[in-house]
Amino acid sequence: MTVSAPMNWRRIPERYRLKGSYCETCGKAFFPGRVVCPNCRRKGKLKEQDMPRAGKIFSYTKVHVGPTGFSHETPYFIALIELENKAKVLSQIIDSEEEKIQVGAKVELAFRKVGKDDKYGAINYAYKFKVIE
Amino acid sequence: MIEVVVVGAGMTKFGENWESSFRQMIADAAIKALVDSGLAGEKIEAIYGGCMASGRFIGQEHIGALIADQLGLNPIPSTRCEAACASGGVALRSGYLAVKSGEHDIVAVGGVEKMTDVSTEDASFALGGAGDQETELFHGATFPSLYALLARRHMIEYGTTEEQMAMVAVKNHKNAANNPNAQFQSEVTLEEVMNSGYVAEPIKVLDCSPVTDGAAAVILCSKEKAEALGMKYIEMAASEQASDTISLAARKSLTELRATMEAARKAYKKAGITQEDVDFAEVHDCFTIAEILAIEDLGFFKKGEGGIATEKGLTALNGKIPINPSGGLKGKGHPVGATGVAQAVEAFNQLMGRAEKRQVKNAEIGLTHNVGGSGATAIVSIFKKAGVKK
Ligand SMILES: [Zn+2]
Repeated sequence: MTVSAPMNWRRIPERYRLKGSYCETCGKAFFPGRVVCPNCRRKGKLKEQDMPRAGKIFSYTKVHVGPTGFSHETPYFIALIELENKAKVLSQIIDSEEEKIQVGAKVELAFRKVGKDDKYGAINYAYKFKVIE
Repeated sequence: MIEVVVVGAGMTKFGENWESSFRQMIADAAIKALVDSGLAGEKIEAIYGGCMASGRFIGQEHIGALIADQLGLNPIPSTRCEAACASGGVALRSGYLAVKSGEHDIVAVGGVEKMTDVSTEDASFALGGAGDQETELFHGATFPSLYALLARRHMIEYGTTEEQMAMVAVKNHKNAANNPNAQFQSEVTLEEVMNSGYVAEPIKVLDCSPVTDGAAAVILCSKEKAEALGMKYIEMAASEQASDTISLAARKSLTELRATMEAARKAYKKAGITQEDVDFAEVHDCFTIAEILAIEDLGFFKKGEGGIATEKGLTALNGKIPINPSGGLKGKGHPVGATGVAQAVEAFNQLMGRAEKRQVKNAEIGLTHNVGGSGATAIVSIFKKAGVKK
């Protein structure tokens, strides 16, 4: 998909350093940040917060058939990662030995290219994660 | 209290309908449903049409108006309903509510998708729009990969196996082989499914529903009007809808679809039945794991026992609770916007006793279950054979 420059720019804090939010009322962390706390709604008080940079794999899959823009990268790993503050994030797992990509494996934040805009050639960057010992 | 009934149903053959366009298919299905009901087109007061992604598949939006136009039914109101793969279910429920409210006596509900005019890669991209574009698709997640994340947790938490998932495909292909409108007219073996190659581990090619063209339609009417006109009918006892987070990352659990559970709870209550009373169900098996989740979330089996129930044959056509007698999305095909309506077509055919080789014996109560995306929308509807008291 062609993504506009303003959209990429707007997402930089989220995609470059995992900026999310947490609710001062209920203490729950959200990634990406939200406008409304779904638990507290109007009683909620959301503050911006960078997410922890480490967590563990909650579920994962090895993708063999990729969508438009990713087919040349297959196979690659997609995982749901539970961060140290319990917020979950979906991300690719990279630079890791395949047998170490398991549910429960500890991972940490990395920063990588995530494809290229097909029309104007803008290169998208974002978070990915890698398994640590 | 106004009661809603279904008085006619029709669908195109599902498959790679290269000879047929979007507008031809929806017109064909609607005409079949109308002829089946015995009603003339001018009796229809409103149209609700389910369609997920015609903009991406054929470059056409404004589907409501297009359908009314193609059917020659101007100037009645015609509305498109969109909820990804649950678009048809939402159209069905919208039609149900329109009659239930007393605003309309007779409405047409349709669903349609033309998916094979684009490449498979573009079709996957269009379907990806059912997930969270910013936090899922952007990172290279595909729809099979999202369901693979669900499947992995089910395997870890409950010991569900890849073989059990494959058995869902085997069963649904077997049912589809008895459905002349199904995309797949042949059975598959367990070995064929297991050897079909991974799309997103543990999901294999034959765990996935196919890319399909097709349309389906039903005519809904108030019971009073149907009886006054002497029409055949089945009762529509409930149609409930629920929502959940659009991204998987925000879910509390990955081994249940809460929208399904909530819609089911409300639907059983409204229909005055329990899951024990359901004689068959058409569930949303976009992937085989989705059927396992569905039969648990709908209450037919305990959480975690959907895989073993499938293995024991409890969901087969002659089992304890036949699931997807039509072949389901897996065997019948999954033209996304049409699916929720096609499920109602099957419920109609089963409860009218005209499902031929795939007829569920003594079927009196049927349930349909339609899911959007990875579970962010679910619609559960309940149908009863005319005169069934329960
Ligand atoms: Zn809160």
